[in-house]
Amino acid sequence: MIESLRAPVRARRRNSYWRLRSLKGVGYAAPTAVMVTVFFLIPLVLVFWMSLHDWKILGTPTWNFPENYKGIPKDELLKNAIGFTLKYTVIVTVVLSGAAMGLALLVQETRRPGTSLLRTAYFLPGAVGFAAASLLFYSLYIDSGPLDDFLMWLGVIDKPFGWLSTPNKALFSTIVMVIWRFAGFNMLILLTGLQAISTEVYEAGRIDGATRWQLFRHITLPLLRPTIALMLVLSITGSLLAFDQFFILTRGGPDGSTVSVVMVIYREAFTKFNLGLGAAISVGLLAVLVLLNVLQLRVLKRGE
Amino acid sequence: MRGGAVQRRWFAVVATAAACALAVGCGSSNDNKSSSTPSGGSNAAKSGDTGASLTMWTRAATQTQSERFVKAYNASHKNQIKLTVIPTDNYQARVAAAAGGKNLPDLFAADVIYAPNYVSQGLWLDITDKINALPYAKDIVQAPIKAGSKDGKEYVIPHTLDLSVLFWNKALFKKAGLDPDTPPKTMEEFAQDAETVRKKIGGDTYGTFFGGNCPGCYVFTFWPSVWAGGGNVMNPDGTASTIDDPQMKATFDIYNKLVKDDVVMPAAKDEAGPTWTGVFPKGKIGIMPMPSTTLGIMPKDMDIGVAPIPGPSGGESTFVGGDVIGVSSTSKHPDEAWDFLQWTLSDDTQTEIVAKNKDVVARTDLADNKYSSQDPRVVLSNQMVGKGVTPIALNFGATYNDPTGPWLKVARDAVFGNDVSKALADGKQSLTASLSQ
Repeated sequence: MIESLRAPVRARRRNSYWRLRSLKGVGYAAPTAVMVTVFFLIPLVLVFWMSLHDWKILGTPTWNFPENYKGIPKDELLKNAIGFTLKYTVIVTVVLSGAAMGLALLVQETRRPGTSLLRTAYFLPGAVGFAAASLLFYSLYIDSGPLDDFLMWLGVIDKPFGWLSTPNKALFSTIVMVIWRFAGFNMLILLTGLQAISTEVYEAGRIDGATRWQLFRHITLPLLRPTIALMLVLSITGSLLAFDQFFILTRGGPDGSTVSVVMVIYREAFTKFNLGLGAAISVGLLAVLVLLNVLQLRVLKRGE
Repeated sequence: MRGGAVQRRWFAVVATAAACALAVGCGSSNDNKSSSTPSGGSNAAKSGDTGASLTMWTRAATQTQSERFVKAYNASHKNQIKLTVIPTDNYQARVAAAAGGKNLPDLFAADVIYAPNYVSQGLWLDITDKINALPYAKDIVQAPIKAGSKDGKEYVIPHTLDLSVLFWNKALFKKAGLDPDTPPKTMEEFAQDAETVRKKIGGDTYGTFFGGNCPGCYVFTFWPSVWAGGGNVMNPDGTASTIDDPQMKATFDIYNKLVKDDVVMPAAKDEAGPTWTGVFPKGKIGIMPMPSTTLGIMPKDMDIGVAPIPGPSGGESTFVGGDVIGVSSTSKHPDEAWDFLQWTLSDDTQTEIVAKNKDVVARTDLADNKYSSQDPRVVLSNQMVGKGVTPIALNFGATYNDPTGPWLKVARDAVFGNDVSKALADGKQSLTASLSQ
C-alpha cells in the first residue's frame, strides 16, 4: 500500500531529475548553439537569399534569380582567379604537408634535450594573426627592406631582389610566408597522431629488421592516415579560401597574377557593390568546398 | 589584427546601440524643435547644437585632419562627436557592411572618387538647401560637391582637400647644376630636369619616382598632365574611356622613356601605394608629383619647391582629391550632424584649423589668409584648386582604384612595356567595359 503510493513519487522525482539533467545539457549547449546560429547559420541563409536577388546596399532587394548565377561564367577575373587559386592550393598543400611532416618527425621524440623548446619555436608563428603576419612579411619584402639589406650584406645579392615584382616571385614569397605561419600548426596536428602510435609497433618492426624508411613507410604513414586526412582537409579548405595573404601582401599583383577567388568575391561585393553576384560566387564556392571535402574524406577512408 | 577588427566591430555595434538608445531618449523633443526652425545659416548653428552625441567615420588616410576638426568642435559645442578611424583599405567594405545593416554613423567621410557611387546608393542625405543657405555657399570649392551630386541635388561638402603638385628638391637641383628656383613648365622640361639630376649626381640618387604598382597613384599624378594639355581621360559622364588621348600618350611616352633611361628609381615598379610618399623626403629624388597634404610633414631642414603639374608641352592642372563628407541617410540627428558640417566650412575653422596646418582651404575666398601668406607654396596649392579637376564616374573605384581592376594593367603596360600606343588602345576597351557596367 505504502509502496504503491511511493512509486509515482519516486518516478516523478526520477523524472524531474532527468528533466533537470537534460535542461542542464541544453544550458551547456546553448551558447554554442546560439553562436553557430547567429554567426554561421543565419549568415549562410542570408547569403543564399542574397544570391537570388539584385541586392541594393540600402533599399529593397528585387528578385532576379538566376541572373546572379548567370553572371558567374561571364566574370573574366573569376576565370583566372579559379586557375590561380587551384595552382596555389596544390603547391601550398604539398609544400606545407612536407614541411609539417619534417618538423613533426624532428621533434617527435620527447626524451631528447631541447625538444620542447624546438616544438614551441616551430609553433610560435601560428600565434601571430594571419593578417599581421602578412603585414610583417610585406615590410620585410619591400624593396631595399630589411631582407634585401641583410642578403646584400651577406653578399648573396647585389641589388634588391624584388620579392613581389614578378608573378612567380610574388607567389613564391607568399608561399614562404604561409609556410612560416602554418607549418608549426600542422606539425602539431601530425604530432598528436604520431604520439598515438604505440612504441610497441615500432619495436616489433625493428626486431623484424625493418629499416628507418620501412618503419616510416609501413608503420607511421598507414597509422597516421586519419591525422593526415585532417591536415589535408584543413590545408586545402584554407588554401581555396585564401584572401588575407594576397590582399595584403600582393594586392592581387603584379599585373593581376595573384587574384584569388575570395578576392573576386570581395571586389564584386565591396568595390562594385554587386552584392548579389558576390553572394552567388560564395554559394558556388561553398558547394565546391563541401563536394571536395566529401570526396577527400571518402578517398582517404577507403584504405581503412 | 583579426581580434582587433572583431573588437572594433563589437564596439561599433555597441556604440550604434548606444546612439540609438540616446535617439529614442532625447529624440522626440529635439526633433520637433529642429524641424520647425529654418535650416541653414546662423540659425541652424544654434538649433543644431543640442548636445547630441554623434558618430563619425573617416579613413586613416585623412585621420589627422578629421581629428583636428573633431577635437576643436567638441571643445566648443554641446554636441559631442565620437570619431572612428578605419584603415583605408577596409573603408569601403566597412561602409557597405554598415549600410546593409542600417548601422551607418551620423557622419561619414569618403574619398571623393567614391562619392558618385555612394550617392547613387543613397548613403547620404540631400543637403542642397542647407548648402545653398550658407552665406559663403558660392565660395566653397565646387569640384568635390559636384562629384557628390546627382540630378541637381547635392549630398556632400569638401572635408579635406588633397591636390597633386610637383615637389622638387632644391639642394639636388643645385648640385646637378640646375636653377633651384625654376620649376619645369612642361613635362618635357620635367623629364630633362629629372635626367640631369640622375646623370649629374648618380649613385643612389634618381631623377624621379612614382607609385608604379599603385593604380590610384597613377590617377593622381599622371592625369593632371592630360588635363593641363587640354585633353581628357573619360567622357563627361564617366561612362567611356578616352585614355588614348594624345596628351595621355605623350605623358606615358615621357615616363616610359624615363624608366628605360634609368632616371626613375627602380623601386617604383613595385611601389603598391602604402609608402609612395615616403621616398621623396629621404632626399634621393630630384622631382616628383606629390600630394599637397604631405607638405606639412616634410623634413623641416629640406628645401622643397612646389609647382603645378604641367602638361606635356605646357599648361597646368591638378587632381582635386581628398575626402568629402555628408550626413548619412540613416542618421537620427541630421540637424546636429549638419551643425558640424557647416562649422567646418566657417571662416574661423578654415583659417585656424585648416590653413594654420598648411592644408588647402575648402573656400576660394579664404585662399589668401594670414597663415597661407607666410608660405607662398600654400598659396599656390590654394590657387590650384580652381584650376584642377575631380574626375567623376559611377564605377571609378572599381575601374581605377582597385588593384584588381583594369586600370593598373593599362598604366603598367604603358609605363613599363614597349608599346605605349597599343597599351592605351587595348586599355580604352577594357576601361570602357568597366566604366559602362
